[in-house]
Amino acid sequence: MQFWGYRRNEGRPGIRNHVLILPTCACGSESSRIIASQVKGAVNIVFNTGCSDVQANTDMSQKILTGFACNPNVYGVVIIGLGCETVPHDKLREKIQAMTTKPVVSFGIQDEGGTLKTIEKGVRAAREMVAQAGMQQKELFDISELYLGIECGGSDATSGIGSNPAVGELSDLLVDMGATTVMSESIEWIGGEHVLAKRAATPEIHNQIIEVCKKYEEHLSAAGQDCRAGQPTPGNKAGGLSTLDEKSLGCIRKGGTRPIVEVLEQAVPPSRHGAVVMDTAGYDISSVTSMVASGCNAVIFTTGRGTCTGNAIVPVLKVTANGRTYQRMEDNMDVDLSPIIRGEKTYQEMGKEMLKDIEDICNGKLTKAEAYGFSDIAVDHVCRFV
Amino acid sequence: MEIKALLMGLSDNVVTCITDVKAGEKVAYRKGDEVLCVEAAEDIPYCHKIALTDLAEGADIIKYDESIGRISCPIERGGLVDHTNLFSVPRDYDAEW
Repeated sequence: MQFWGYRRNEGRPGIRNHVLILPTCACGSESSRIIASQVKGAVNIVFNTGCSDVQANTDMSQKILTGFACNPNVYGVVIIGLGCETVPHDKLREKIQAMTTKPVVSFGIQDEGGTLKTIEKGVRAAREMVAQAGMQQKELFDISELYLGIECGGSDATSGIGSNPAVGELSDLLVDMGATTVMSESIEWIGGEHVLAKRAATPEIHNQIIEVCKKYEEHLSAAGQDCRAGQPTPGNKAGGLSTLDEKSLGCIRKGGTRPIVEVLEQAVPPSRHGAVVMDTAGYDISSVTSMVASGCNAVIFTTGRGTCTGNAIVPVLKVTANGRTYQRMEDNMDVDLSPIIRGEKTYQEMGKEMLKDIEDICNGKLTKAEAYGFSDIAVDHVCRFV
Repeated sequence: MEIKALLMGLSDNVVTCITDVKAGEKVAYRKGDEVLCVEAAEDIPYCHKIALTDLAEGADIIKYDESIGRISCPIERGGLVDHTNLFSVPRDYDAEW
């Protein structure tokens, strides 16, 4: 299996060729949005942090910003800063330029004398970049170059028996062809972490998986919070999920069954091919944000109740095994896996069928969220703003 | 025969119903290439689990080829397995790794 992608000087190829308008902090977000709206081929993100943070939060937001810039789906970057934020535009630009040779320029709103002047410069720079990006021809790459994120959100009773096992099957097939897949949301491994840990390729990775869960529980407990309390929820029980073990197993099934070759911190690129896992929040938008910042090309997203989310940098392919949800939210759902829940097809069959969906998306087919231009992100936090 | 339940792992001792099932109804499910059948001993709601064998009190319930807990009372073949008779077994992580 192969796909048409965009060659990058560093790392994996991209499946999109976006010019990213990247704010350094919340204060640059609106100007970035306006620049992107003026230039076809440019995308922006809205950043809610980047200032007045403790060091750990700053480290996280910097990993996300540099990770977005380095994502292979990005051709070039226009950074828009304010001037007094924790890491100003020129410093962020230098960091990114140390990581990638792709085009990067930056402007500061205070330096330029206000938003209109900044927007003018940003639009001119972005226009030049999209013109160049349009000249880049696609090349054929082996599927082993693909890096796919796996996510779930708005789950229901069909998720664990339909969409998650089907996506797990897809992940296994991709991994067998040499590709890389990442499953995140470590908080949702709890209750099933011993099963996930059994998939570890080495004893070290086994212990890392258990340790990630233990640390997450300790982190919440330090703030007086208990992640097991009330799990499974009354709604889960009414929907047929009897124990936290059952809920977690249904959730982690989306990551497939192949050996886990690496445990990643948030927003860190994998160093190996195969099935990897990432320590992120269970909040779907935040988890997708961290996987995109780690360089994934696309995200496959399972849902039961339905979701509309999308990401500016990577296509988010939303799949559901709940037939009613697919019908009611067809404007947001990309793949209907309900034949599994009707007993017409097995999850193995539908997992295999989704290889074609992945191939199509790699080759340029827009997901529904992508066509709408959706750009959701959420940056995980260690503690309060200061 | 219409498939009415899904088997998630070959070693599972429960299947998950994909429709509301009435007591006495025959519930067909796939196991590999075979289609097998279990008769519901009671009403089983949509997305709930049905026992494939007679199970003694304290038996592990296996779904996804893994234990999802143990049962607090005996359950006969065809019986409902849910949160009222299934409990999570606390784990001693420090002893395990």
